[in-house]
Amino acid sequence: MSLSAYVPIVWLLALAAAFGLFSVGIAPFVGPRRFNRAKLEAYECGIEPTPQPIGGGRFPVKFYLTAMLFIIFDIEIIFLYPWAVSFDMLGVFGFFEMVIFIITVAIAYAYVWRRGGLEWD
Amino acid sequence: MNPTLADFGHDNGWIVALKVVGVFVFLVVMTLFTIWYERKVVARMQVRPGPNRHGPFGLLQSLADGLKLAFKEDIMPLKADRVVFFLAPVISTVCAFTAFAIIPFGPFVSIFGQKTPLQLTDIPVAVLLVLACSGLGIYGIVLSGWASGSTYPLLGGLRSSAQMISYEVAMGLSIVAVFMMAGTMSTSEIVNAQAKGGQGELFGFEFTYPGWYVLLLLPSFVIYAISAVGETNRAPFDLPEAESELVGGFHTEYSSLKFALFFLAEYINMVTVSALATTLFLGGWRAPWPITQLGPWVNQGWWPLLWFTIKLLILLFVFVWLRGTLPRLRYDQFMRFGWKVLIPASLIWILALAGFKTMNNENLPGWQRGLWIGGFAVILLAILLWPRKRPAPKLPLEEEVAQRPEGSFPLPPIDLQVPVSPRAKRITADREPVQ
Repeated sequence: MSLSAYVPIVWLLALAAAFGLFSVGIAPFVGPRRFNRAKLEAYECGIEPTPQPIGGGRFPVKFYLTAMLFIIFDIEIIFLYPWAVSFDMLGVFGFFEMVIFIITVAIAYAYVWRRGGLEWD
Repeated sequence: MNPTLADFGHDNGWIVALKVVGVFVFLVVMTLFTIWYERKVVARMQVRPGPNRHGPFGLLQSLADGLKLAFKEDIMPLKADRVVFFLAPVISTVCAFTAFAIIPFGPFVSIFGQKTPLQLTDIPVAVLLVLACSGLGIYGIVLSGWASGSTYPLLGGLRSSAQMISYEVAMGLSIVAVFMMAGTMSTSEIVNAQAKGGQGELFGFEFTYPGWYVLLLLPSFVIYAISAVGETNRAPFDLPEAESELVGGFHTEYSSLKFALFFLAEYINMVTVSALATTLFLGGWRAPWPITQLGPWVNQGWWPLLWFTIKLLILLFVFVWLRGTLPRLRYDQFMRFGWKVLIPASLIWILALAGFKTMNNENLPGWQRGLWIGGFAVILLAILLWPRKRPAPKLPLEEEVAQRPEGSFPLPPIDLQVPVSPRAKRITADREPVQ
C-alpha cells in the first residue's frame, strides 16, 4: 500500500476546484449587469436593511457551546474508529478500556445535560 | 475475484483521468436527474403533473434551469466580504465532489483492455475521507452566511453549521458498528465483508440471505439514515432554509452560478450520503438476493453499476418521500433530538454490540453471558429511569404573594379594575350611532 492510491483523490479535488472556480469566475461576464442601488443592499424582504457592524455582529453563545460539545464528541469518535477497526485483535482488554473511556465522556455528558447545556431555549 | 485494498493505486495515468472524469460526470448527471426526480415525485404526491415541458417527461428541465441561472445577473452585495463571498461556493462544491472519490461502483471491469476496479480509488481510511469532506463542507456554508454581510444569511449559516456538526456526531457514531463488524475502514473491503450471507430455510425452501449490515446492524442504519437527513439539510430537517423565518438561509444573497454551485453541492451531498449508506449497509454494488439466483454474471463486469444506481435511486426516493410527507421540525426540538436521543442511543448500541462480540470471541458459558447482559440491562434501566430535575410546581398567585418577604415592593390588588379614561368616555358619547 503506497501513497499512489491517494493521488486520484487529489485529481478529483483539482477537477472540482477548477469547475467551481471557472463557474464562479465566468458568472459576472455571462450574466447581464443592470445597476440598481437597492439591489446591492442586504436583502430583508424589502424593508430598509438593519445596519450590521463590521464582521457580522453578535450572535447567541449557544452556537459556541454546540461547537465545543462537537469537538468533545468528535474526538471521542476519532478514538472509537481505530478501536473498532482492530476490535477483534484487542480482545477483552480493549473492550474494557473503551467502556472506561465512554463512561468518562458520559460523565461529562451527563453534567452538561443536567446543567442545561443541551437545552435550546 | 473482488477488488481489495491492495488492488488500488496501480492504474495508468489515463485510466485515472478517465475515472476522475467519469465520477465527475456521474455526479453532475445524478444531480440534474435528482432535481428532476424530486420535482416529479413530489408533484405526483401532490396530484399534479410536475415538470413536463422540456424534453421527454420534462427530463431536461434541470438542465434548462441551470442554463438559465448562468445567464442571470451575478450580484455582489455592497456589504459583502468579496473574497470569502467568492470562495464559499467553491469550497462547498469541492468538498461535495471529493467525498465521492472512494465510493465503489462495482468489481473489476476492463476499460480498453485494462483490468481495473470500478472505483476511483480506495484507501485504508476511506470512510474517514467522506466524513472529513462533509466536515469541511460546513466551512462553505458558514463562510457564505458570514461573508454576505446580511442578517438572514448569517442566522441561516449559523443554524446550518450548528445543525450539521450536531448530526455529524450522530452519523460518525452510527458507522462505528460497521467498522467493528468489517474490521476495516476501506469501502471496497466493507462491500466484500457483506458478500457472505447465511443459509436460511423457509417452508422447506432454501435460500441465501444477504450479509448486508442493514440486517445485522439495524439500529446503526436507522441512526445513520436519520442523521444523514439532518446532515444534508433536507426536509423535515431543512431548518437552515426555513423560508418562513429566514428567507432562503445562508444563500439568500447569492445569485446566478454561485447559487447554482450551492444547489449542486446540496444535491451531490444527498447522493453521497445515499451512496455511503448503500456501501456501508446495503451491500454496495452487489445484486440483492433474487437476482443473484440468475447466475454469477450479475456480480461481474458492468452489471453492478446498475444495482448500485438502483439502490441509490431508492434511497433518494426516500429523501423525496420524507420531503413530500413530513412538516418541518422546530429548531429546539431538532437539536434536542440530535443531542439527547441519537447520540446516547448510538453510544449504548456500540457498547452493547462490543460486549456481545467480546462474549462471542471469548466463548463465555451461557450463565456468564446472562449475568453480563442482565447487569447491562439493569444499568441501562437505571439510566433511563433516573429521576429528572423537575421545576418546582407553580403556586397560585395568592400564595406567591403571601410568600414574599416583609417590605417587598407593593403589588397592585389582583382584582384591579382599570377605570375607563375620561377621554375615551367623551369620544364614545360624542359619536352618532352608525345606521
